[in-house]
Amino acid sequence: MLNTKIFERSAIGRLLLADKAGSYLLMVLFAAMVLVPLCNLLMPEGSFLHIPTYIVVLLGKYLCYALLALALDLIWGYCGILSLGHGAFFALGGYVMGMHLMRQIGERGVYGNADLPDFMVFLNWTELPWYWYGFDSFFFSMFMVALVPAALAFVFGWLAFRSRVTGVYLSIITQAMTYALLLAFFRNDMGFGGNNGLTDFKDILGFNLQSDVTRCVLFALSALSVMLAYILCRAIVSSKYGRVLVAIRDAESRTRFMGYRVEHFKLFVFVVSAILAGIAGALYVPQVGIINPGEFGPINSIEIVIWVAIGGRGTLFGAVIGAVAVNYAKTYFTGAFPEVWLFMLGALFVISTLYLPKGIVGVVKQLQDRRAERNAPTSQGAQS
Amino acid sequence: MKLTHIDTHAVFRFILFCLVIILPMQSTAAPIATVGQIKIQREDAALLLNELITAKSTVDKINLINLIANSNLPQRVAVLEALQSGDLYYTKKAKQLVYAHSHADGYSAVAVIGNEDLGVVGSRAVRKISINNELRTVLRGVLAEISLRSENTAERLQAAKNLVRSPAAEFLPAIERALVMESDAKVIEALKLAAAMVNLNSDEQVLRLEAIESFRGSLDSDAMSLLAAMQLTDSDGNYLEPDDLVRESAAAVLKQMRSEAKIYKLIENTFFGLSLGSVLLLTAVGLAITFGVMGVINMAHGEMMMLGAYTTYVIQLLMPNYIDYSIIVAIPAAFMVSGLVGIVIERGIIRHLYGRPLETLLATFGVSLILQQAVRSIFSPLNKSVTAPSWLSGSLEINGALSLTYNRLYIIAFSLIVLLLLVFLLKKTFVGLQMRAVTQNRAMANSMGIRTGWVDALTFGLGSGIAGIAGVALSQLTNVGPNLGQSYIIDSFMVVVFGGVGNLFGTFFAAMSLGVANKFLEPFAGAVLAKIFVLVFIILFIQWRPRGLFALKGRSVED
Amino acid sequence: MKTKSSIKAFAKHSSIVLAAATLSLSASIAHAADTIKVGVLHSLSGTMAISETTLKDTVLMLIEEQNKKGGLLGKKLEAVVVDPASNWPLFAEKTKELLEKDKVDVIFGCWTSVSRKSVLPVIEELNGLLFYPVQYEGEESSKNVFYTGAAPNQQAIPAVDYLMSEGGGSVKRWVLAGTDYVYPRTTNKILEAYLKSKGVAEKDIMINYTPFGHSDWQTIVSDIKKFGSQGKKTAVVSTINGDANVPFYKELANQGLSAEDIPVVAFSVGEEELSGFDTGPLVGHLAAWNYFMSADAEVNDAFIDKWLAYIGDAKRVTNDPMEATYIGFNMWVKAVEKAKTTKVDKVHDALIGISVPNLTGGVATMLPNHHLTKPVLIGEIQENGQFDIVWQTEAAVPGDAWTDFLPESAKLEADWQNPKIMCGNYNTETKKCSGQNY
Repeated sequence: MLNTKIFERSAIGRLLLADKAGSYLLMVLFAAMVLVPLCNLLMPEGSFLHIPTYIVVLLGKYLCYALLALALDLIWGYCGILSLGHGAFFALGGYVMGMHLMRQIGERGVYGNADLPDFMVFLNWTELPWYWYGFDSFFFSMFMVALVPAALAFVFGWLAFRSRVTGVYLSIITQAMTYALLLAFFRNDMGFGGNNGLTDFKDILGFNLQSDVTRCVLFALSALSVMLAYILCRAIVSSKYGRVLVAIRDAESRTRFMGYRVEHFKLFVFVVSAILAGIAGALYVPQVGIINPGEFGPINSIEIVIWVAIGGRGTLFGAVIGAVAVNYAKTYFTGAFPEVWLFMLGALFVISTLYLPKGIVGVVKQLQDRRAERNAPTSQGAQS
Repeated sequence: MKLTHIDTHAVFRFILFCLVIILPMQSTAAPIATVGQIKIQREDAALLLNELITAKSTVDKINLINLIANSNLPQRVAVLEALQSGDLYYTKKAKQLVYAHSHADGYSAVAVIGNEDLGVVGSRAVRKISINNELRTVLRGVLAEISLRSENTAERLQAAKNLVRSPAAEFLPAIERALVMESDAKVIEALKLAAAMVNLNSDEQVLRLEAIESFRGSLDSDAMSLLAAMQLTDSDGNYLEPDDLVRESAAAVLKQMRSEAKIYKLIENTFFGLSLGSVLLLTAVGLAITFGVMGVINMAHGEMMMLGAYTTYVIQLLMPNYIDYSIIVAIPAAFMVSGLVGIVIERGIIRHLYGRPLETLLATFGVSLILQQAVRSIFSPLNKSVTAPSWLSGSLEINGALSLTYNRLYIIAFSLIVLLLLVFLLKKTFVGLQMRAVTQNRAMANSMGIRTGWVDALTFGLGSGIAGIAGVALSQLTNVGPNLGQSYIIDSFMVVVFGGVGNLFGTFFAAMSLGVANKFLEPFAGAVLAKIFVLVFIILFIQWRPRGLFALKGRSVED
Repeated sequence: MKTKSSIKAFAKHSSIVLAAATLSLSASIAHAADTIKVGVLHSLSGTMAISETTLKDTVLMLIEEQNKKGGLLGKKLEAVVVDPASNWPLFAEKTKELLEKDKVDVIFGCWTSVSRKSVLPVIEELNGLLFYPVQYEGEESSKNVFYTGAAPNQQAIPAVDYLMSEGGGSVKRWVLAGTDYVYPRTTNKILEAYLKSKGVAEKDIMINYTPFGHSDWQTIVSDIKKFGSQGKKTAVVSTINGDANVPFYKELANQGLSAEDIPVVAFSVGEEELSGFDTGPLVGHLAAWNYFMSADAEVNDAFIDKWLAYIGDAKRVTNDPMEATYIGFNMWVKAVEKAKTTKVDKVHDALIGISVPNLTGGVATMLPNHHLTKPVLIGEIQENGQFDIVWQTEAAVPGDAWTDFLPESAKLEADWQNPKIMCGNYNTETKKCSGQNY
């Protein structure tokens, strides 16, 4: 009894009680966080409840995408900043993690060089470039996972919001940003492994990355991150600050005329979103085992927007649902219909924009409303 | 290069000498060779030509080619030309030399000796007399010498130019003979250059100095190459050109040639930039309509270009014998195909999404996936080959240092024409007036009796159609494959945004300036960094002018 | 109270959702034991579909043919085709799926180096078997991968040797032009070291890198032209990748650089790429491969006939990676028959030393370093999109996993047969396998 009361009174509790769908989502995530590793590690193989490792990794990957989608929904759904370059922050976070994992390989690379990653050895690099220093420390790397995307977002956002670049102009220059980074990271001279990127990771904090336990822990961490990020985003958007964000989304000039420093609000939320995207990238890399410049691809960033739109923009939980649903569809289609899956994916995008303008979440809500209507016949006349 | 030439020619002279001595012994009836021409009787002709089949090494083949060229065989020109163009084969069974042309069921073969028509033979029944680049160089020279006597001025000019590129002492008498007879100024100039190129290897100092002096003012790259070679040293540190006087005068002339070439390099670079800019303009101008004027974030724009390029491919399949005209036919065809697809997309999807511009992005992205996969299913994922019409190949030679490629020249002109027509259509016609009215104020236009739905479809069709035309141009520059559109879409958006959405002149100016900037950065920074710099520049520029280079003014831009 | 009950409801609801999701994911783990499953991991969409689709068809054709012969070990072969969509992380994911869900016995797949690198940890962890059919930069030898394409010493170095010879034009000055990724970078590093060892001066080597899909070659071709007019015979060694080639050759032709002036020898342009070119202006440019469709051999004629009949299009061509797939498939079949099982470790041991006919009339042998012996052929591009073979090595060249021309790599050696070594990167100086943890 007492626990329930404390929960009701606590800030998070109040937040969640007001957000029913979000609570559902957190429940599912929590259940997944506990059950999936258990089913993988404890159930015997061949048992009905056994979850094979590759599915654990797959679900972990979906969750990283979900976190990324959440980050985008925070700025797009609540502040109207359509970033078509959010993949850049994700990839930067991933690269930071990749650099740490590369340094962890140490002497176990094919050339047995303790300092230099393999790709530097065979391209005749003699010493580690300065910007690789420090990444052998886990805590420094984790700090950089947040700092690097945040710094880029701060500089970019500071310039763009101060000069009041908005709408499609902002979208297109975010594309330019990720495209420029794509080209830069493709260059082998940059010292990030060029097109092959960073790969062949061995372990993290001494735990073998290939082992089932490490994978389950990474999965649980991803689930936990999505939950925490969700709560953070929810807290932001339901605060007074969040109301200003929505005001900016709906009428930027008016909000400015009311005396709010619009650019400060935008910059803050943009940086938070970039950090979340960076964390998503950092969780993604040890699970998929590779990070390469392809992640900076402008098309990837557009896909993130599509996840959010299909799930339901401006709801936060919609972003999570959209990311998982679209990526599950992709996994399923590429395996089941390798020749024609692009037709299906393309049609899915077209149909959902035409018929589900508010995404999956919108449809569910519509159904709920309809049911509520049926249950309450008195209000029938008012609607229609 | 110089060394090998001397070697092979020395061997050639030796063999020629032997032949002159041996031939009379073999066939007593054969008259002795006169003035560099060897008279060969019929059975020896067969022998000599059949040696082409057996000769294996490059050196053997070079000797043989020279022998044939200097013989009085009636087929010699035909044989050598066939050899050069790769039409000379032999039958595997009978070891008979044939001219073969590809045919649906193999090759149609005609015997070289006796001109007997062998009909169609299977493609694996004959084998080609293979040649390599060394042999091609020799053949070019040999055939050029022969065609110096042609009646046609253009052929003579080509022959003289070929001699410049394959200079050899053997050709000098022929060049001098031709110089006496020649009346055309251009041919004379080329012949003089060729003679000088040969004389550069002469044993006499005077001749060499004269040759070097004659290069002054010319910008021929082969001449520069030879002059530069004189400055080189061999592995022991000795100059390849032992004569100091000759070497120094060569250095002086070379220096002058190079400094003159620098100016032309600048012009060339500007040309490269403008041509890149015109490609950007072509790809972006359609988007300037659908995105800039209508506000639809059309991710399928690249696929419209792809459709245009595939239309070109199909047109070429339909008219294989009129490749030169195929492009002319393809332009309206591509406009129609892409335009119609555009109208279908607009009527089927986009019209439901007006007022929700960001959702057009999602829907058109889906459309682009579908179109790509459709092309992959219909035409296979392989790239398709689109032939360049002859009038689009080659380059306009201003001088030795500057030549402008025809396809780029045409594309610059073409992009300007497209832009002008578009401006005319939008500004001076009634349809254009309606289009502008609808995009500026839909409700007002509607109430004035304009059928906005119809105008929307037309405008989107126009933008898509222009993308189709851009596809025709791209088919001349790059791969025709399912990914064609993807590689241009981002650049197109950058151009439109940089120039200012909704402003055609801005698009033009943006495309050209980005093109030129890219090309001037490239020599210093390399292709990748140049592109990155341009992107960063665009990002920073937008901070300075958040609505692009030429922002629209007035109320309609307020959101 | 209300809160508690609703939390309960949430928990119930969420566990149902979760169970349903997991079920649908793992539902298809039905494992049929009466077929031998062959995974096909080639991109069918995205940028690499251009090249990889053909290899998928090749594997399917070979499987069909093997089944007509009665299958393998009395079982039918069954192809499991997936589409990794030119997306590198997806390659790893699909490999996991093939090995864990579909339980395939062997995988034929990958084209780009990065896709192979992405697959590598997965295939090593799950002890799978991958046949990789494309020429690549070397510097690798994994226990679970068999490399049936060329290593640099089976393509790049012989090609340069040919150009330096008198018949090849006695080239003295070199442009090494490539797309900026690991294969060209490594190949050019090796070539640079090799050329210098042959006495070519630093200033006679020009190295240039361009991004993927580079389409505007005006400046670079003009630079090559200038570089070539310095008085020495010049050649271009091109490791330019796929899509960038068409605009590159078009620009060469338009600026009037013919094969006689500056020949270009390419390592990534084969018959299939040429079928998308207008070959007119390309005649005389070269390519170095281990197989050309024009190779004069009975077995090649038979293969071509079968391919054309299978694909149902008389205009299609065959190319080097197809031959590599063909060799790899036949080797695997032979090894399975020899080992009498499809178990990876047994097949692995049986594979080393196995010889099968290649398509140029010779024999390919699998070496202990998981590479093949291959003849090297130089072909000149013809008007009809075929190559005219102008030169070839007298004997087959054994593939070298670690090149001798890079200092760090020269120390390494791969041997999966010698019980004293048994690794892919044995350091001959320290006498142990550097670092690997398997």
